[in-house]
Amino acid sequence: MSQTAQTVREDGVIASVSGPVVVARNLDARMNDVVYVGEEGLMGEVIEIEDDTTTIQVYEETSGISPGEPVENTGEPLSVDLGPGLLDTIYDGVQRPLDVLEDKMGSPYLDRGVDAPGIELDKKWEFEPAVEEGDEVGRGDVVGVVEETVTIDHKVMVPPDALDEGETAEVVDVKSGSFTVEETVAELDTGVEIRMRQEWPVREARPTVEKKTPRTPLVSGQRILDGLFPIAKGGTAAIPGPFGSGKTVTQHQLAKYADADIIIYVGCGERGNEMTEVIDDFPELEDPATGNPLMARTSLIANTSNMPVAARESCVYTGITIAEFYRDMGYDVALMADSTSRWAEAMREISSRLEEMPGEEGYPAYLAARLSQFYERAGYFDNINGTEGSVSAIGAVSPPGGDFSEPVTQNTLRIVKTFWALDADLAERRHFPSINWNESYSLYKDQLDPWFQEEVADDWPEKRQWAVDVLDEETELQEIVQLVGKDALPEDQQLTLEVARYLREAYLQQNAFHPVDTYCPPAKTYLMLTTIETLNDEAFDALEAGVPIEEIIDIDSAPKINRIGVQEDYEEYVDELKSEITEELRSLY
Amino acid sequence: MKEYQTITEISGPLVFAEVDEAIGYDEIVEIETAQGETLRGQVLESSEGVVAIQVFEGTSGIDQKASVRFLGETMKMPVTEDLLGRVLDGSGRPIDGGPDIVPEERQDIVGAAINPYSREYPEEFIETGVSAIDGMNTLVRGQKLPIFSSSGQPHSELAMQIARQASVPEEEAGEDDEGSEFAVIFGAMGITAEEANEFMEDFERTGALERSVVFMNLADDPAVERTVTPRMVLTTAEYLAFEKDYHVLVILTDMTNYCEALREIGAAREEVPGRRGYPGYMYTDLAQLYERAGRIQGREGSVTQIPILTMPGDDDTHPIPDLTGYITEGQIYVDPDLNSQGLEPPVNVLPSLSRLMDDGIGEGLTREDHADVSDQMYAAYAEGEDLRDLVNIVGREALSERDNKYLDFADRFEEEFIDQGFDTNRGLEETLDIGWDLLSMLPTEELNRVDEEFIEKYYREDVSADADEAETEATAD
Ligand SMILES: Nc1ncnc2c1ncn2[C@@H]1O[C@H](COP(=O)(O)OP(=O)(O)O)[C@@H](O)[C@H]1O
Ligand SMILES: [Mg+2]
Repeated sequence: MSQTAQTVREDGVIASVSGPVVVARNLDARMNDVVYVGEEGLMGEVIEIEDDTTTIQVYEETSGISPGEPVENTGEPLSVDLGPGLLDTIYDGVQRPLDVLEDKMGSPYLDRGVDAPGIELDKKWEFEPAVEEGDEVGRGDVVGVVEETVTIDHKVMVPPDALDEGETAEVVDVKSGSFTVEETVAELDTGVEIRMRQEWPVREARPTVEKKTPRTPLVSGQRILDGLFPIAKGGTAAIPGPFGSGKTVTQHQLAKYADADIIIYVGCGERGNEMTEVIDDFPELEDPATGNPLMARTSLIANTSNMPVAARESCVYTGITIAEFYRDMGYDVALMADSTSRWAEAMREISSRLEEMPGEEGYPAYLAARLSQFYERAGYFDNINGTEGSVSAIGAVSPPGGDFSEPVTQNTLRIVKTFWALDADLAERRHFPSINWNESYSLYKDQLDPWFQEEVADDWPEKRQWAVDVLDEETELQEIVQLVGKDALPEDQQLTLEVARYLREAYLQQNAFHPVDTYCPPAKTYLMLTTIETLNDEAFDALEAGVPIEEIIDIDSAPKINRIGVQEDYEEYVDELKSEITEELRSLY
Repeated sequence: MKEYQTITEISGPLVFAEVDEAIGYDEIVEIETAQGETLRGQVLESSEGVVAIQVFEGTSGIDQKASVRFLGETMKMPVTEDLLGRVLDGSGRPIDGGPDIVPEERQDIVGAAINPYSREYPEEFIETGVSAIDGMNTLVRGQKLPIFSSSGQPHSELAMQIARQASVPEEEAGEDDEGSEFAVIFGAMGITAEEANEFMEDFERTGALERSVVFMNLADDPAVERTVTPRMVLTTAEYLAFEKDYHVLVILTDMTNYCEALREIGAAREEVPGRRGYPGYMYTDLAQLYERAGRIQGREGSVTQIPILTMPGDDDTHPIPDLTGYITEGQIYVDPDLNSQGLEPPVNVLPSLSRLMDDGIGEGLTREDHADVSDQMYAAYAEGEDLRDLVNIVGREALSERDNKYLDFADRFEEEFIDQGFDTNRGLEETLDIGWDLLSMLPTEELNRVDEEFIEKYYREDVSADADEAETEATAD
């Protein structure tokens, strides 16, 4: 396993079995050691030690396992294999590649007791050195590069635990050519041999120098996100919502279109077919930045709802550790976890089997701490090798009954800085994405404005504020409309409602399944907004000039706003539409 | 096999016994009472020296003199194609007086998880002949699509209508996949004999019984047995689908009773309860049932699930519908209000959803305009529904012409699109054509979810002209 010396430890025997929790006797183990349980060698992790009994959460089904069977300790904490081959792969919650499992098990069903390395051990990679003999390197420094996929150059780094902080060592040998991940590609004068493969314990954050204020948006191509509630590269976001409100589609959209270098998609305790969909679609879909297949920048972790619950607990850690590894190479990584509630429930299930003192709604008292530890691993960082990289973390939350006052939603909201609140009412009327614009927020908005001003338009913040104001006014007016009907409102307010309707139907709604509308670059988002503003300004001028409201609302050109989303050549379309609207309205007076 | 007379404690459905050998977790147990009755159970927790056993038939009649035998294996379902046409009890034993079942295989009922990598994404349209489903919430082969209902509602009628009508096209078409026949597996959990009879009569009337397997755990059968019935059902379904190439439709009713049984066991074990007293692991437990629907690469058959559940208090935030909705690929709501209005089937499409619809419809699969028509009807019906509240306050006259059109749309949508009757089998073309009839009541500018090309092709100017006329008359009055 890793470079650290293995201590020989005593093995034990099973004392009791209850679902995913096994208690062992006489096992000499440390917390979080990985153990193999029973004759079949089921993988498990030590989660509690008391006197001579050790409690283990088992990552595989425990049916038929009995007391008296052996428990073997590896003496190593739960770790992931890191190296080339992580991308374009699908793993279970403990980083076993699912295609390899299918092969080894010879069955479409997940059998137990089968292990597989996280990255292929005998595949050869073309290693190109980045250092020469005699160079001084510190921890994290890049010693060479391999082309991992068409999109991603994989940097082979000095493992962070190979040297002390600040310590450097001389490269005494460096190779060039074709190697497996286990062959030595460079050697330091301290005796450390560097291979492409390293290991890292999943529950421990990889070291960095410093977390910085993120100032670049993670552009998603989703209008309501980029336009109103942007997330930063290195930022955190939560998407809570009842079932069917659009958590998964939003996460999939981000995985497809976010302008990150690397995507880690963690399907945690959710549907099997949703992962199959990703496996089917991603190799076919183009990365909007490079035109390469999306899988070339993606690693999937699938621990679906029917897979063992303990591996569901670990899958988010597996995901974020892989994310940190690519961040260390200087990449912007985005991690989606769908759903963090299932992760929290897995904690609850294990905790209750341990008969720990339950906290709020049966969740363990450490729920809040675990959630914040996880989101803390996101951020925009100065890496130990002098590069900058980021991990953005976006977690879906599945509150029971859609009630946001429950512990997982509440504890998550205390940590994350972007809140995309999904709304069942909007989903029912097929207003997608069903993100409630009154409840959602982004605390990154202001710090990202300079980027949008620079890259898209100077008045980006003003336009956004205008849209927010109109939508706010609409919300207030709707309350009155509910009591007296629309026609009882003064004409200017009726007009505001009309403009707000275009904001809702054209701007806020976006059809994830339309080949063009599914991805909306910021420039298009901006132009759509300015078109609606043109309508607004011209319409109010007309109203002031005495044109009756019915005539204004009835103009033929306005409904074309709803078609901007599906236009590929949107610039031309918007130009024409703006003049059409202007002409038509001006012709009324 | 060793026999123990070591029962130390009996509590609700649980029995604790001392043992002096290693007993496997989940192992099957037989308990023979002093009266000579044999009860079956399963190991829930196994420690050195003592095991906890859950007894399917309930613990009445068991005393400390009862003897306990451990069968050394986990629960199995004997499977064979010959199960088709048979009626079994909730534990898989024949109750139809037919011959003994000679199994081809005995399969573990817990069922391993399908490797997500080995799944095939379901996208093959099933024509159920029900407009509310085909048009608005399309079902595909391998989907799990529950019916959310409440007691006293005609959910069984809807389920039977689907089972009856869904089987037709494939056989008529007699396409290339000759081997893929249709089978229905019906799992009753705690329903009344009367409800069960309705299903049985329908099966017999339509000749469906010969391609069905029926598992019956009725209201007066042991509650704990309900925790194994759906596993028996699904093991049989997987066998027929993935080893014998059948397209299997599984109807499970009523999942609410299943969950009550889980709760009962949890309480007897003195577990820390989760929401509203249901076990904290109920999500995982339900997922292990629902996720057994699907398709597998390289296998011909499919397992499609239609679980039925009655929502306590018609409340969909109750843990049973809530957790179900989080796992299944959508849900169909049976609505008491629509039912009292006499709609058949009383499906409320607004909260209903089919998550697999998007990939199962469109050009080459159903019809090019399907998605747009469905989207637009959703939006229009939702808008009309909203306006109904307002109309109660301000009256129709106070509403704009546009609003009035949406109100009319909502009414006609219910009358013409939804209310087709339990015996009408509507083709998809007809469903979509009715959709266009209704959408054509609205001016084309309102149809912003429909591609212009489809408006051109399908929009009915004659209908919209009629609507306009009616409107002018109405306002003229
Ligand atoms: N942006 C979108 N565009 C179109 N349809 C959407 C969009 N978001 C959600 N939907 C629809 O809503 C359904 C449920 O969304 P999903 O993301 O699976 O919900 P959740 O994960 O919250 O249960 C999808 O199957 C799809 O039909
Ligand atoms: Mg989801």
